[in-house]
Amino acid sequence: MYSKTVMEHFKNPRNVGEIENADGVGEVGNPLCGDMMTIYLKVEDDVIKDIKFKTFGCGAAIAVSSMLTEMAKGKTLAEAKKITNKDVAEALEGLPKNKLHCSNLGADALKRAIQDYEDRKAGIVRPAPKRQEPHEHDHGHEEGGHCYCPYCNIEVSEDDLFCVGCGKMLKKPH
Amino acid sequence: MKTINLDYLSANPLLPEVQEAMIKAIRTNYGNPSSPHQLGDQAHEALEQARESVARLIHCPKPQEIVFTSGGTEAINTAIKGVALAQAKKGRHIVTSNIEHNAVLRSLRRLRMMDFQVTSVGVDEYGRVDPEEVARAIREDTILVTVMHSNNEIGTLQPIEEIARITREKKIPFHCDAVTSVGVIPVDVQKLGVDLLSFSANQFYGPSGVGGLYIRSGTVLWPLLDGGVQENNKRAGTENLIGIIGMGAAAEAAVRDMEDRIRHCRRLKERLIRGLKENIEDIFINGHPELSLPNLVSVSIRYIEGEGIVLMLDEENILVSTRSACAAGALQASHVLLAIGRDFADAQGTLVITFGRETSEADIDRFLEVLKKVVRTLRDMSPLYNKKK
Repeated sequence: MYSKTVMEHFKNPRNVGEIENADGVGEVGNPLCGDMMTIYLKVEDDVIKDIKFKTFGCGAAIAVSSMLTEMAKGKTLAEAKKITNKDVAEALEGLPKNKLHCSNLGADALKRAIQDYEDRKAGIVRPAPKRQEPHEHDHGHEEGGHCYCPYCNIEVSEDDLFCVGCGKMLKKPH
Repeated sequence: MKTINLDYLSANPLLPEVQEAMIKAIRTNYGNPSSPHQLGDQAHEALEQARESVARLIHCPKPQEIVFTSGGTEAINTAIKGVALAQAKKGRHIVTSNIEHNAVLRSLRRLRMMDFQVTSVGVDEYGRVDPEEVARAIREDTILVTVMHSNNEIGTLQPIEEIARITREKKIPFHCDAVTSVGVIPVDVQKLGVDLLSFSANQFYGPSGVGGLYIRSGTVLWPLLDGGVQENNKRAGTENLIGIIGMGAAAEAAVRDMEDRIRHCRRLKERLIRGLKENIEDIFINGHPELSLPNLVSVSIRYIEGEGIVLMLDEENILVSTRSACAAGALQASHVLLAIGRDFADAQGTLVITFGRETSEADIDRFLEVLKKVVRTLRDMSPLYNKKK
């Protein structure tokens, strides 16, 4: 099902973990969408000195996280921002079609982590991270970038704790 | 390293005697049971012999009440669509439960497109249907009730006899999807009181691609396939004789060995559940603690996702199945797990472990040992586990 490179990264993921006192943190997805990814950055002189990840998700999601961290490490912030989800999928020698939209969130998480770093530097405090851009959906007829309640299929935001349609809990409060 | 198959649900390894019966048939009994000459006679005889063996397995008094199909899915489709189409003039309402297999769900979805109406009753936290709720759901125009015998994801057994009492009183045909039960635990169509019952050979060490439908005499249904007069006019098409012979041999063995198999599986199941509880924190064992299949354990492992677990176990030559939406490719959580109250994230980390006569206690122990490592690795990687701490 998966390419050799995907399996290799899944089996031996690089840069797993958290960075204490990270300079920037980026989180995307939630278990409702199938996958969830957190990226931690250590930045020095506008260069990514260290990067780590934590991921809840399938084999593809873990491989994507691992590959992304390898691609971003040592790059300047400007270079790192240019990494796209597509670049990551290509570096992994492709992902199964049904995994492209749900598991391929690495570049989005990285962009958020960089944004978080830049915001902190500029003194902007953001209460809760709201999605700026929806991640790419490759879901046939469905419009891009949306999550749907698994209970009643109504459209919900990734940050919603409860479904606005049926009131069911979408993710556990932590 | 030896491969440990804990995914018997997907397909059972064929019994040696099943293999031999099929190979012998391939070599010597390739005829068409409908032919009037000697080759046809020989085929016909083998076909009817298999029918008798299968009838004995489900305590069906008249073998001609068994119709051979291409498996559980066709049997279920025939029962549901066949009755619905034949009875459409009488009514267009069908009653079912929230935890049925896709073969039932999607047959009903298709009928909805043809203006049939469906009422689906809920289940309790163990996945049990309340017969009283079925009774309440039945209307004047109800023409069919369909409830499964045991659930393929969590193993819970349903109160089929009680539901049948209700349907018989109201004279409504009752179909029971018994695919995961027949050949595994005792199934007696007379005692159950059902009118239709579906089963599949690959759940009791027979080949895939062959199954059957019990149709109580007097039950009116249209065949799904039209053509010749095979199978008592209920299923056209030349029979898959080789497969049916395999199923017949598997049925004979199931009748003979059922008690031993159940005892063996129960022991493994107890060991597995105990091991899971002792070795891994934050898990749910799904399904009813007693009223469930002896050969299936469903476990939701919180904070991680099932496909990752399956891939990591596969690396260690251990094969299991998951109900994760990611692995299914559908991006929808299992309707069965949601019906019993698991939330989406916990449904994601659910494994279905099924085993049988070739599984040993050592296999279970090795699985537990490897699973413990895999869970630790994936939880260390999981942002959900992190937040929990």
